[in-house]
Amino acid sequence: MLEKALTGSNRYWGWIAVLLAFMAAGALSYVQQYNYGLGLTGMSRDVSWGVYIAQFTFLVGVAASGVMVVLPYYLHNYKTFGKITILGEFLAVAAVSMCLLFILADLGQPLRALNVLLHPTPNSILFWDMIVLNVYLFLNIFVGWVVLNAEKKEVAPPKWIKPFIYISIPWAVSIHTVTAFLYAGLPGRHFWLTAILAPRFLASAFAGGPALLILLCLIIKRVTKFDAGQEAIQKLVTIVTYAALINVFFVLLEFFTAYYSNIPGHMHTLDYLFFGLHGQGQLVPWMRVSTIFGIIAIVMFLVPATRKREDTLAIACVLLFISLWIDKGIGLVIGGFVPSPLEEITAYHPSFQEIMITLGVWATGFFILTVLYKIALSVKEEKMIS
Amino acid sequence: MDIKRRQFLKIAGLSTIAGLGAPAAFNLLLKGESSPVSFASSGAGAEVSHDAAPTGVRLGMVVDQRVFDANQGLAQKCITACHLVHNVPNFGNPKDEIKWIFGVPYEKAFPTMSHYHRDEHLHNSRFLVFCNHCDNPPCVRACPTKATFKRKDGIVAMDYHRCIGCRFCMAACPYGMRSFNWRDPRPFIDKATYNKEFPTRMRGVVEKCNFCVERLVKGLQPACVEACGSSGAMVFGDLNDSHSEISKVLKENFTIQRKASLGTLPSVFYIV
Repeated sequence: MLEKALTGSNRYWGWIAVLLAFMAAGALSYVQQYNYGLGLTGMSRDVSWGVYIAQFTFLVGVAASGVMVVLPYYLHNYKTFGKITILGEFLAVAAVSMCLLFILADLGQPLRALNVLLHPTPNSILFWDMIVLNVYLFLNIFVGWVVLNAEKKEVAPPKWIKPFIYISIPWAVSIHTVTAFLYAGLPGRHFWLTAILAPRFLASAFAGGPALLILLCLIIKRVTKFDAGQEAIQKLVTIVTYAALINVFFVLLEFFTAYYSNIPGHMHTLDYLFFGLHGQGQLVPWMRVSTIFGIIAIVMFLVPATRKREDTLAIACVLLFISLWIDKGIGLVIGGFVPSPLEEITAYHPSFQEIMITLGVWATGFFILTVLYKIALSVKEEKMIS
Repeated sequence: MDIKRRQFLKIAGLSTIAGLGAPAAFNLLLKGESSPVSFASSGAGAEVSHDAAPTGVRLGMVVDQRVFDANQGLAQKCITACHLVHNVPNFGNPKDEIKWIFGVPYEKAFPTMSHYHRDEHLHNSRFLVFCNHCDNPPCVRACPTKATFKRKDGIVAMDYHRCIGCRFCMAACPYGMRSFNWRDPRPFIDKATYNKEFPTRMRGVVEKCNFCVERLVKGLQPACVEACGSSGAMVFGDLNDSHSEISKVLKENFTIQRKASLGTLPSVFYIV
């Protein structure tokens, strides 16, 4: 089926060229970083993880959100999602690929990455994260490919694929839970040391991921003959709305615990992120934009008039996606390092190369997504014609 | 489809029951009288309890701040001694900075202690901070390759050749005692004072105080302790040996540890 990615309109090739350009720019920056060391980034002794790990964390959520179409279709036989299940699975593939690339980009000694396998260390959450992410990547490629192949041949998917599908459902939950455990088990990092981190991660993932999927469906409808259908999109909107509201609820719970208990360690990072701490608030504008965008998006999802129109729906999805990306892709990881264990407030500004590498990895993810979607949609279009 | 669904629910139900039973079984395992279940990979046995290992050698340090306060400049001597003997580079900027031992004010070393109406001398004191060589080290728990590990004598050591530079240990350390080689450190080591006896590091790995393991095998004291001379500002020894000097000092003085409430069981004690 791969050959279907090799034929396409000029617009398709133009888009591929844009992505390849960003990938090349990212690769060039990575060569620089590889030769100089991670000092080329804005990270420092105090803020020792930056945008790479933040993107990784955010994208694990996008990957996990594939389950929001897989579960209703396969467990509840919700047929409307049948058409877009493959889109959810391939989105997960692209997202996990980006996660793995961001981890590699963040390693000080990338050539030693396989030490994680050579010296397996079950007490390290990173060891488990490596396992769950790779298995999830395999499950989604495998299931997606087998089901799509069956669709191409116009036969029912083989029965033996079912166990893989059923496993992939709790597995999606596991990848984001384990990723939350990377943070939620560290003593002395109060902002992360919260039992609600994993559920919060899942809630924001199940809002942000499907919001992206809605956007993708709307774009696909314009550039191909494939239409996910009003019902499927509106059902996704329902999922996004509930998840977004639950996420807001979880965030408010964090605020309550921190400010009512009045324990300084629990308040400091929230202060730093939302109000400024000791006059320093590098991330305050970001977090405020995130808050405002999130509120506007939720209102737009709740009002029937804005939810049902495709243009306003697209705006709401973009706003929510940006809001959640800032929250998790910037605030959560970078904010967790402020104040440092020695109560220092250190600002972090990603460097030019760091941003280029980040864009390069995103471009790689979209490249994988484009190719996989091209294949899947070509198969579906062929069927529609015949 | 309905039958399949029922089968699935059956399996799901059974797994739930198994899941509910697991904690009880796990508890039994943990409570087993003489079975110190180790979560740390080193095999050195960080017990799942909030008591320190009572047997075997456990190396530790006492920092007597009274002596440092009385001898201005002594702390700097310790820092210099350590950083020279370990070829710690000097980048001259805080972003790339690598430090094994350094001085910080009281409220930064002990942020969980009360700072209200503190003794006057604490306003100007600078406390030496370095790796606590915790008996229950979070960094060892976090490391995905066992590049940082706890030795049988309690020292939390680093294998610079195994470290992949993921910096999970830096996020895990609640004391901020770990440094990362953001760039090649070798050009920033003073050639005049370069110590051939200790390896330099490559870029992309984490490092920290090692309690001078390389000196201990030669029968020497840690470099910082040696720099203190006979002042008694720093006392190093086996915390589990009741006849050691450090045990004596600990018995006779009130000491505090950094963020003891986190249960990391630091092996470094401070006389304030």
